[in-house]
Amino acid sequence: MTDTPLLALSGLTKAYPGVVANDDVSLRIAPGEVHALLGENGAGKSTLVKMIYGLVKPDSGTMQMHGTSFAPQEPRAARAAGVGMVFQHFSLFDALSVAENIALGMENAPRLRALSKQIRDVSEAYGLPLAPDRIVGDLSAGERQRVEIIRCLLQDPKLLIMDEPTSVLTPQEVEILFKTLRKLSAEGTAILYISHKLEEIRSLCDSATILRLGKVVGHCTPSETTARDMAEMMVGSTLKTPTRAGKTPGAVKLDLRGLSAASPSSFGMPLRDITVQVRAGEILGIGGVAGNGQDELLSALSGELLTAAGMVGFEGQDVGQLGPTARRHLGILTAPEERLGHAAAPDMSLTENAMLTGAVREKLERRGMLNWPAAKRFAERIIADFDVRTPGPGNAARSLSGGNLQKFVIGREVLQRPQVLVVNQPTWGVDASAAASIRQALLDLAENGTAMIVISQDLDELMEISDRFAALNEGRLSEPRPVQGLTVDEIGLMMGGANGMEVAHV
Amino acid sequence: MMRLEKRPQASRAFSYATPVLAVIATMVFGGALFAVLGKDPLASIMTIFWEPLFGDFAFYYRPQLLVKGAPLVLIAIGLSLGFKAGIWNIGAEGQYIMGALCGAGAGLAFYPAESVFIFPIMVLAGALGGWVWAMIPAVLKVKFGTNEILVSLMLVYVAEQFLASASLGLLKNPEGFGFPGSRNLQQYASAHNGELFAGSGMHWGVVAALIAVIFAYVLLARHRLGFAIRVTGEAPRAARFSGVNPTRLVLFCMGMSGLLAGLAGMFEVAGPAGQITIDFNVGYGFTAIIVAFLGRLHPVGILLAGGLMALTYIGGDIAQSQLGLPAAAIQVFQGMLLFFLLAFDLFTHYRLRLGRTEVA
Repeated sequence: MTDTPLLALSGLTKAYPGVVANDDVSLRIAPGEVHALLGENGAGKSTLVKMIYGLVKPDSGTMQMHGTSFAPQEPRAARAAGVGMVFQHFSLFDALSVAENIALGMENAPRLRALSKQIRDVSEAYGLPLAPDRIVGDLSAGERQRVEIIRCLLQDPKLLIMDEPTSVLTPQEVEILFKTLRKLSAEGTAILYISHKLEEIRSLCDSATILRLGKVVGHCTPSETTARDMAEMMVGSTLKTPTRAGKTPGAVKLDLRGLSAASPSSFGMPLRDITVQVRAGEILGIGGVAGNGQDELLSALSGELLTAAGMVGFEGQDVGQLGPTARRHLGILTAPEERLGHAAAPDMSLTENAMLTGAVREKLERRGMLNWPAAKRFAERIIADFDVRTPGPGNAARSLSGGNLQKFVIGREVLQRPQVLVVNQPTWGVDASAAASIRQALLDLAENGTAMIVISQDLDELMEISDRFAALNEGRLSEPRPVQGLTVDEIGLMMGGANGMEVAHV
Repeated sequence: MMRLEKRPQASRAFSYATPVLAVIATMVFGGALFAVLGKDPLASIMTIFWEPLFGDFAFYYRPQLLVKGAPLVLIAIGLSLGFKAGIWNIGAEGQYIMGALCGAGAGLAFYPAESVFIFPIMVLAGALGGWVWAMIPAVLKVKFGTNEILVSLMLVYVAEQFLASASLGLLKNPEGFGFPGSRNLQQYASAHNGELFAGSGMHWGVVAALIAVIFAYVLLARHRLGFAIRVTGEAPRAARFSGVNPTRLVLFCMGMSGLLAGLAGMFEVAGPAGQITIDFNVGYGFTAIIVAFLGRLHPVGILLAGGLMALTYIGGDIAQSQLGLPAAAIQVFQGMLLFFLLAFDLFTHYRLRLGRTEVA
């Protein structure tokens, strides 16, 4: 590493009304260094990289690039100075080809034919297979990300910022990405890598800066620090690992037989011939890249999406034609991924949101008349039992932080003593300690005989709590396999859809 | 620079203060408008707001307040149920006409027989007429996904054609010397919706409006259906998740608003108006939309807003005849009220911040 850092930030501060997003943040990145930026949601990672990329101007503090002052007014200036950024959410036009999409993002785009050659050269040089004439709409999430990366690489960046790049990738795709990033780093391109997947950071990054509540709370060398230590630095307290006792699954509670259904939304994924059984006390973990039928599966189980007779069975009874209220009566409860607007009504109070799904099982309703004092007590019970941080049940759901609202939404269903519980992304965007307590609550519930399906994109989470694992791919569910002894390679194959060749379908 | 910032929670204080602020702002700017027109602003405002309630001829105007306010409140209560759930019935005027036609038609079918059953039958017929007229856009919406705003609005003009046809043909008074219009129900005792207490202006429509207010209040505050309406308006996906059937909700809200509008039309034709004529409808169905929003879609608010709107109507008439204010100025004045209401309403959910703007 050279003495002059590629990028040096000193004392960067940025305040938004009511919150200091970055407080006196300093950071040095050497050429060719892979530097991880770690922190929980809301720790200020995004604000920091937005300042480097010229999207946000700091209130105070300075940035230096190659020892000279660097203050980009807009992303164009940052790009000209050699900063490239790959966002978590892609900005691509589905109807255009790869080359056309890349041309659209360039200042002086060369002729399409010349550009296609450049794209081919770069993609071969960095091991990112990508045909320039393919239509983006046909590409997988991993391939779309390659388009974004190649778009950056064509500008020959000195610093590449990657915001949670692996959340949409299968383990095999992650491996390809890491090879590319290591090659770039060997050639002298620095990489600022944002993630909260600690194992990835340990295998990829040279150094790490940890942010908490907008402040730098520590630096470390990831390869020499355990994931647990890093997590504790992020959270600022010791973590409790969820514990589980050995148990034997009971009778079959939920029985899906050839579940197929068209997606209610025009951009959704239809469910295709899903067959699986979940027993009392068992947790079935369902992984898969986002958008492969997760939302649709939850809808089909919650009763929002009705299915043909015989496809969804509960304790031997056909429930595919029952709506959400009737299913709650039976004890089939669900918690959708989208907290605001689906699991909870944003502008309504927590009491009203407790009524939303609790009316049936908590007996908050008698002959159509609602018992609001009882709903308030139920909301207070959720708040107390699940440590939801809020002034009281009269506050609007929208006023809670993501993690607290998630605790409320999960707690609301857990406290209703479900027979079957289906949760989608139970700890998405939730800080590590809250995530641990949610997982513990789910494990405890399974302990008491609830049959559970946990849908998640966090493989570590699924490995930690599930008994069996299956993957959704293009609306199909792979054959579930016991989690013990399952390797990352096998999981990747299940997620990639190649499982049909390895495992015979029933 | 000024900018708006979303409040973490809707301000309760502001949601109550908004109607009051809107009325005050309307008085200030309306007064300025009247001053520009060469009238004394204070006197004009006094005439509109004071004269009908406490002036020398208040004994005449006060009953008028009930007569004008009742149909507005009755229709607005029905509309507010749908509006809360994001179901936009704009055609209450048409449902009002159809209610009047069916109600009057049912009554006149018995003419000249006298019976205590005739009036209740007319009430049912009026409610049914409005309900059926509102079910047309409702069914089209749930079956074919048509836009209920357009369909219900267009049906107003169809209803007006029915009204003209009935007053010239089917319901035309055989003893009316060829003039268009039906028999006068005020002269048909069994069908007459007269004053319950002489000189009070209180007729069955006023009673129905008060019952509707109480019914809507209980429905929204305590009943599952009212909760379903509110959740659907706030977050349709969450409503579905909680078990609300959107199809049934559309049918209920549209049907209920049509039914109440039909009742309003029936009480009007059997009482204050007396007969079916070509120009029977005077825009209650449209003004009720303003009343519903002015009352913040809350039953008690609608009751107050209906009274306020009736006041500006009557006061506006007085100002026209006594001070010679043009009718258009009164309409601008009423329009201002809605405009300021919507403008101040912004601050329920947003607050104003002074400071540098951020490019982000």
